Amino acid sequence: MEKAGLVVMEARARNFYLVPYLLWIVLFVVAPILLIVYYSFFNVEGEFTLSNYEKFFTPVYLRMTLSSFWYAFLITFFSLLVAYPTAYLLTRTKHKGLWLLLIILPSWINLLLKAYAFIGLFGTYGFVNAVLELTGIGTKQLLFTDFSFVFVSVYIFIPFMVLPIFNALEKMNPTLVYAARDLGASAWTTFRRVIFPLTLDGVKAGCMAVFIPALSLFMITRLIAGNRVITLGTAIEQHFLVTQDWGMGATIAVFLIIAMALLMLLTGNRKRGLIDIAKK
Amino acid sequence: MRKNSWKPSNLYLIVVFAILYAPIFYLMFYSFNSGGSMREFEGFTWEFYGEVFQDTRLLIIVLNTFIIALLSSAISTIIGVFGAIAIHYIRSNRPKGTLLTLNNVLIVSPDVIIGASFLILFTIAGIQLGFVSVLLSHIAFSIPIVVIMVLPKLQEMSGTLLDAARDLGASSWEVLTRVILPYIKPGIFAGFFMALTYSLDDFAVTFFVTGNGFSTLSVEIYSRARQGVSLSINALSTLIFLFTILLVIGYYFINRRSSRPAGREERA
Repeated sequence: MEKAGLVVMEARARNFYLVPYLLWIVLFVVAPILLIVYYSFFNVEGEFTLSNYEKFFTPVYLRMTLSSFWYAFLITFFSLLVAYPTAYLLTRTKHKGLWLLLIILPSWINLLLKAYAFIGLFGTYGFVNAVLELTGIGTKQLLFTDFSFVFVSVYIFIPFMVLPIFNALEKMNPTLVYAARDLGASAWTTFRRVIFPLTLDGVKAGCMAVFIPALSLFMITRLIAGNRVITLGTAIEQHFLVTQDWGMGATIAVFLIIAMALLMLLTGNRKRGLIDIAKK
Repeated sequence: MRKNSWKPSNLYLIVVFAILYAPIFYLMFYSFNSGGSMREFEGFTWEFYGEVFQDTRLLIIVLNTFIIALLSSAISTIIGVFGAIAIHYIRSNRPKGTLLTLNNVLIVSPDVIIGASFLILFTIAGIQLGFVSVLLSHIAFSIPIVVIMVLPKLQEMSGTLLDAARDLGASSWEVLTRVILPYIKPGIFAGFFMALTYSLDDFAVTFFVTGNGFSTLSVEIYSRARQGVSLSINALSTLIFLFTILLVIGYYFINRRSSRPAGREERA
């Protein structure tokens, strides 16, 4: 009797808590995805058609998708290359927490401001070119090149790569490394056979946290790459805000969502990383 | 050997940190340049800081940005905390897993997709693009972050605490306000701060759902940066950077405070 009363009370309380949250899920999670799919079947004139999907499979869009994936891959690769040693060395320092915080701090500064700084740094009369001039290499066109695009993107994503790898390294039992060294493994073998496999989850989480946003970058392509690089994100933005062809934009978004879901299935256990990365 | 490997590794970290902070200090340095450009440093001046404070349009935009950030994180914290409690109460695994997956959709979605889909949503719902649409979308993308920050705290909480409270005759409301909320307070604060930084930092989503009349700081910087470089933006960046550091310090201390009592509990 008493128990039944409690259960009813608990259920009522739960429903009370659940209502606003469910409302949010329906309105802002489920509905937007459905709307994107729905809109992808309409052309500019508002007629029901599959032409957007046909258009997506033309060379223009396929090439764009391919180059978008290629750039995202490059950005992820270089981020990993820089971030892994950084994370590893960070775990060796005193005051790890403070250093980690200092790595994360730049990511709390508005993305636009950092992109804006790079416009100044990479400009024809900017700091980098002044250094190049001094060292005798001479002035180079840096802004609006592939190099600057990848560099700035890597710069922006590094904290999101460092964080999960750092956490994975921290979780690793250090005695395993000592054991490997005791058993005669070289530093490189220890890294390849012990440390790296044990931190693979962190690497996966970091790659996920970089690859998906890198696929859909759109502001940096314009400011830094001067529209030379068109990513899927840029294309979506163009269709929604410039050409007003929402159908086509939605179609590209559908493919981006599919790519995202596939990636998440492929990399499997991504829960940890998502919680750590509390930033995009 | 230890000594030899120590040096180059530290050099690597120094280079990484230098690159990470170079653009930020570069902006700050030239904000004091009386030459008016980011090329040569001519002399020290406060001129551009004065300009920032005289630019009423800019000040209104800064104000808007903060109002949106504070309102959206407050509202999303309330809804998110309720959501986390609701998820915690669900016993069976299936619906719990589904809810968590749906919760994480907005966290993993690229900003462009969130922005585009919200734009469609608001257009269909007939909500005019402007303050309301920006506020709603900021609330929407902050809720899952709050849930994720609060949920671990709830899981940490022992169920016997609730049983004890009920045995002693507490009502549902009392259980919530006297037992659950005080216990998960650190998680709530962390979630609120996270939501705040997300909102202040957001550009892409806002860019999609902001109309003509309304603008937040990131959108404004974007449009100004495209027109060319003006040092008042540098001055503004410096002020924002200093403010961010204050926020980070605040967040750091809240985190530290929250991790300590939890440790004590475990030992006891």
